[in-house]
Amino acid sequence: MFSFCTDPDTLGTFRWFSCYLTTGVHMSFYIAFFKVLLLLAITAPVALGFGFVGAMAARSRVAPFRWLGKTYIALVRGVPDIAFFLFFVIALDQAFEYLRHKALCPDWDQPIRQGSDFVVCTAAKLPLSTAPQWMHETYGFFLAVITFAIVFGAFAANVLFGGMRAVPHAQLETAEAYGMSHRQTFWRILVPQMWVYALPGLSNLWMVLIKATPLLFLLGIEDIVYWARELGGTKTSRFTDYPHGDWRMWYFLFLLVFYLAFTRVSEIVLERLMLRLTLGQATSGGEAQRKAAA
Amino acid sequence: MSDCLQTIQDYGLRSLGFGERLLPREGFTFCEQATLIGSGMIWNIYFGVMALLTGFFLATALAVAKGSPNPWFRKPAEWFIFVFRGSPLFIQFFFAYFLFLSLKNVNPFFSPFTAAWLGALIVLFLNTAAYTGEIFYGALRSIPKGDTEAADAYGMSGWPRFKRIIWPTMLRLAWPAYTNEAIFLFHATTLVFFSGFPAWQQRGDALYYASYFADKTFNPFVPYPILAGYFILFTLVIVFVFGLIGKHLNRHLPQPERQRIRLRPNLIR
Repeated sequence: MFSFCTDPDTLGTFRWFSCYLTTGVHMSFYIAFFKVLLLLAITAPVALGFGFVGAMAARSRVAPFRWLGKTYIALVRGVPDIAFFLFFVIALDQAFEYLRHKALCPDWDQPIRQGSDFVVCTAAKLPLSTAPQWMHETYGFFLAVITFAIVFGAFAANVLFGGMRAVPHAQLETAEAYGMSHRQTFWRILVPQMWVYALPGLSNLWMVLIKATPLLFLLGIEDIVYWARELGGTKTSRFTDYPHGDWRMWYFLFLLVFYLAFTRVSEIVLERLMLRLTLGQATSGGEAQRKAAA
Repeated sequence: MSDCLQTIQDYGLRSLGFGERLLPREGFTFCEQATLIGSGMIWNIYFGVMALLTGFFLATALAVAKGSPNPWFRKPAEWFIFVFRGSPLFIQFFFAYFLFLSLKNVNPFFSPFTAAWLGALIVLFLNTAAYTGEIFYGALRSIPKGDTEAADAYGMSGWPRFKRIIWPTMLRLAWPAYTNEAIFLFHATTLVFFSGFPAWQQRGDALYYASYFADKTFNPFVPYPILAGYFILFTLVIVFVFGLIGKHLNRHLPQPERQRIRLRPNLIR
């Protein structure tokens, strides 16, 4: 990247590192960090939405909804999350292709599962085989986001369900005494108050979500783990300008430090947020703040 | 049915290297999938139980060290817990594997560490010790003041005070959270063979075989539900066993004060 990098004399000096760290492949490595941040930025709100719907279903008065919500929460929590990641990536892809196949090729008469193959008509392929490379990558990323949202939605549903139950019952009874309908009580009394009870669980979930991002690698995305393995592996002078031995240990040490810094910063920010939210609340935290101020 | 018995004979201990050498290649039956995935569960149980047993002792030491007024004990414990709780287990596995790989080049003593049975176990041991240490530390701080005051009044100090008063109370208070930790540690064992550690001669854990079948058949709807079934079963076993121990720890309390074990998702990695 720098002009002095063309000079072979830099090899062996410390400046060599600045050349090595700015090669094209290293740029892909740095971009992969933004992929992780993008995944977090999209997944967190979507998972919260899934969680809200799940928690609503779990405390619904209609029995089938309640069973559905509770099964969703219990199933995802009982099975390792990585198994869900591996499952949903294939399952979602096949589900989308199957639906498109039914819609686009109604006169197809062969079975879709032929032995060990999953065959749909060309028009139903996702993304289309003619699509450019970036479409394929975006589609893979999109599947990963949905998978993360489904898995973490269940965890969020569990936290929000607990938060909803923690709201003092007297509040809901008062609302009923004032003649509010069930729906009004839910939206005007329960939902605004549950957040302060749910926040400790949700901030924990955020930490867990950060620590789950390296699993993107298993979903076939070229993320930071992929590039750390690629770049750290032994390079010979035949294939690159910057040969080196097996440096994968150092690349993963760097990732370790990156995640440590990331979780530490989030921890500090979330602590501040909690302080703000408990201000003036009728909880022990709010009480402690009131006493400290007095 | 007799086919299935034959399959269980061939593949029941495949993950340990006994029985049929080759994995099935085509025409996968439900029985084959269930047997091989079940065979892989042996590894998950091995990692889970061993890490939990060894981690328990280090965790107790860490909790006491973190609560110690002496900074020479407190600071290392705090840093240890911070490093292992603040970073993803997946990255820890990768880093440890490549670290052991480099050490192996220096000294052949480290060559068993690059195998999953030892290398991954060490990572899981340190990791669960850090998480459990934090749980125990929290419990240590919430021991009722009256308990320690009573111990002082009886003239207990040092080791007997710790062994007879502080440690049992700490365990009792930490037990519900520790049950969670055990469940999620058990789930985390599935990461081992996806994070650098090679499955030598295709001897892998349950998820390794499940993903093998899913790749070969391109049909995730059979192997993963089988895997899920096994894990839900073993999660229930953990809840049951830990419930029994928890009951034992709380046996002196009047009925209504016994805490129910609440399963909260705050300890996944």
